[in-house]
Amino acid sequence: MKNVISAYGRIQALKGISLKVYDGEIVTIIGANGAGKSTTLMTICNIVNALEGDVLYKGKSIKGISSDTLPKMGLCQVPEGRRIFPRLTVMENLDMGAFFRNDTGGIKEDVQRVFELFPKLRERRKQLGGTLSGGEQQMLAMGRALMSRPKVLLLDEPSMGLAPLLVQQIFDIIKMINEQGVTVVLVEQNANLALQCAQRGYVLETGKVVMEDDADKLLTNPDIRKAYLGE
Amino acid sequence: MACGVGLIWFLILLWPLLGIQPEGLEFGKTFKVFGYIAVAAVFIMFFYQIQEAGHLDAVGDPIKSAQGKFKQAYGNMPRWALLGIVLVAAVIFPLVTDRYAHDVSISVLIYICLGLGLNIVVGLAGLLDLGYIAFYGVGAYTYALMSLHFGMSFWVCLPVAGMTAAIAGSIVGYPTLRMRGDYLAIVTLGFGEIVRLIFNNWMGLTNGPNGILGIPRPDIFGFQLKQLWMLYYVILVIAVFTILSVYRLNFSRIGRAWEAIREDETAAELMGVNTFMLKLLAYAMGATFAGFAGAFFAARMRFVGPESFTFLESAMVLAMVVLGGMGSIPGVILGVLALVALPEVFREFELYRMLVFGGVMTLMMLIRPAGIWPAARVGRRSEEED
Repeated sequence: MKNVISAYGRIQALKGISLKVYDGEIVTIIGANGAGKSTTLMTICNIVNALEGDVLYKGKSIKGISSDTLPKMGLCQVPEGRRIFPRLTVMENLDMGAFFRNDTGGIKEDVQRVFELFPKLRERRKQLGGTLSGGEQQMLAMGRALMSRPKVLLLDEPSMGLAPLLVQQIFDIIKMINEQGVTVVLVEQNANLALQCAQRGYVLETGKVVMEDDADKLLTNPDIRKAYLGE
Repeated sequence: MACGVGLIWFLILLWPLLGIQPEGLEFGKTFKVFGYIAVAAVFIMFFYQIQEAGHLDAVGDPIKSAQGKFKQAYGNMPRWALLGIVLVAAVIFPLVTDRYAHDVSISVLIYICLGLGLNIVVGLAGLLDLGYIAFYGVGAYTYALMSLHFGMSFWVCLPVAGMTAAIAGSIVGYPTLRMRGDYLAIVTLGFGEIVRLIFNNWMGLTNGPNGILGIPRPDIFGFQLKQLWMLYYVILVIAVFTILSVYRLNFSRIGRAWEAIREDETAAELMGVNTFMLKLLAYAMGATFAGFAGAFFAARMRFVGPESFTFLESAMVLAMVVLGGMGSIPGVILGVLALVALPEVFREFELYRMLVFGGVMTLMMLIRPAGIWPAARVGRRSEEED
């Protein structure tokens, strides 16, 4: 139980939530639009301030520290809507992911690794980020986060706006990344895929955690099925 | 059709400007000017239509192929050869031209420094700074005061001016760090005005609106550089230094980080970019180059006064950067040439300068918003084996 992120925050969008993330797992946070899922991730990263409560990472409080020190500590977020740098090339985007690193050899390796995961990116490596399709931008955003060699990866709605086939690919890649030892916190609207991918899940409703359980139990839970899985 | 509507609008707006004279309302002058412009507009529309329909290809195609061949020849020459030619031209320039050309070229070089400095803030980091000229003023006044009160030579004051401007840049930058977009623009505009008002009102320090007179020219080992062409070489050195520095910054890690901040500040922050420090650094570095230019300006004019550092000047420098191409060094140089050198050529149209200026800016934003010479996408940190 090395990486523990627990957040108990009360801000306008979050009205007191408490989460735990264990080392090496995939944890998903599902819920309707506006439930506060993205806010949760942004609060963890200190882009949004938690008014009360605390965020602990590896046992130490990271609340209030500057967001840009987090990747160095192994915590990286792929924000909602991709948010790649549109007027930088694919290569430059990936480089930005490794901005705080100094080991050029390691960076080169990681670039190759990202290209192996996402061959489309290698094809388009000199293209401007803004000219890529939605799916490719998602891959670029994830690749960029991977360049920081994260120990914990926060993913905000990776499936948003993507074709179903691509979504499946992305989730397969998420599983692959997790198998390589990265802890994943997955915020998703697509509850079905998210719960199939994750080990545990939290359900968020209007800023509060209303349920916490193992993912497969949530998948078979009749209330959840009715509300989020379209039964 | 749309052209006709536009022309009618123009007439309606133009008449109050030209037709309402103290003697009474008159129409003759308005119609004369309007007549010229209407005819010109109709001509342009006519040609545009023909060109779209393809009738002018007989003329257009050979021109295009000539353009293409020119680009090929230019592209084939090694970079350093081209730069060498430009450099040699710049060095022998004063020897083959007259005093008027020296004057204009010195202005051009000063504005190149300013444009490149602003380019760091606006083009690279994406921080819309409307009060940039304040740093120019700080540099100018620094040299003025240091040379008059302490007798320090120009060359010593030059880096000092850069430093004071950088400090001013940090002071201006700090409160704006949390602001985005429009708010940033207004606040920087405000700061620019504040600095100008300080120059204007602090009689004790800056002699207020009377300005500071009798600023010495730079000297080399006691030999005073009195001639204009000697000053040209001084500013040429400063400009080359600025160009080289901006070039290095552009292709450095810091430059990439600034661009990431420009593209998406939150995402940059999440990737480990210390946006706070880097934004401050952008202001400070941009201001430093303005400070150098300002010190030279004071030495050249031998007089500084607050009226030289108005918002209009800030806007002009911004226009040069935007017109020429944000983020691109040759673009900014072209922008400066277009807005400083070209008007000199068209001196007779002095009256309509602002009108033409506005018209050109509007036109540029419509047909080529990236600027005359937009930035090429180059530069990366990790080398790649193809």
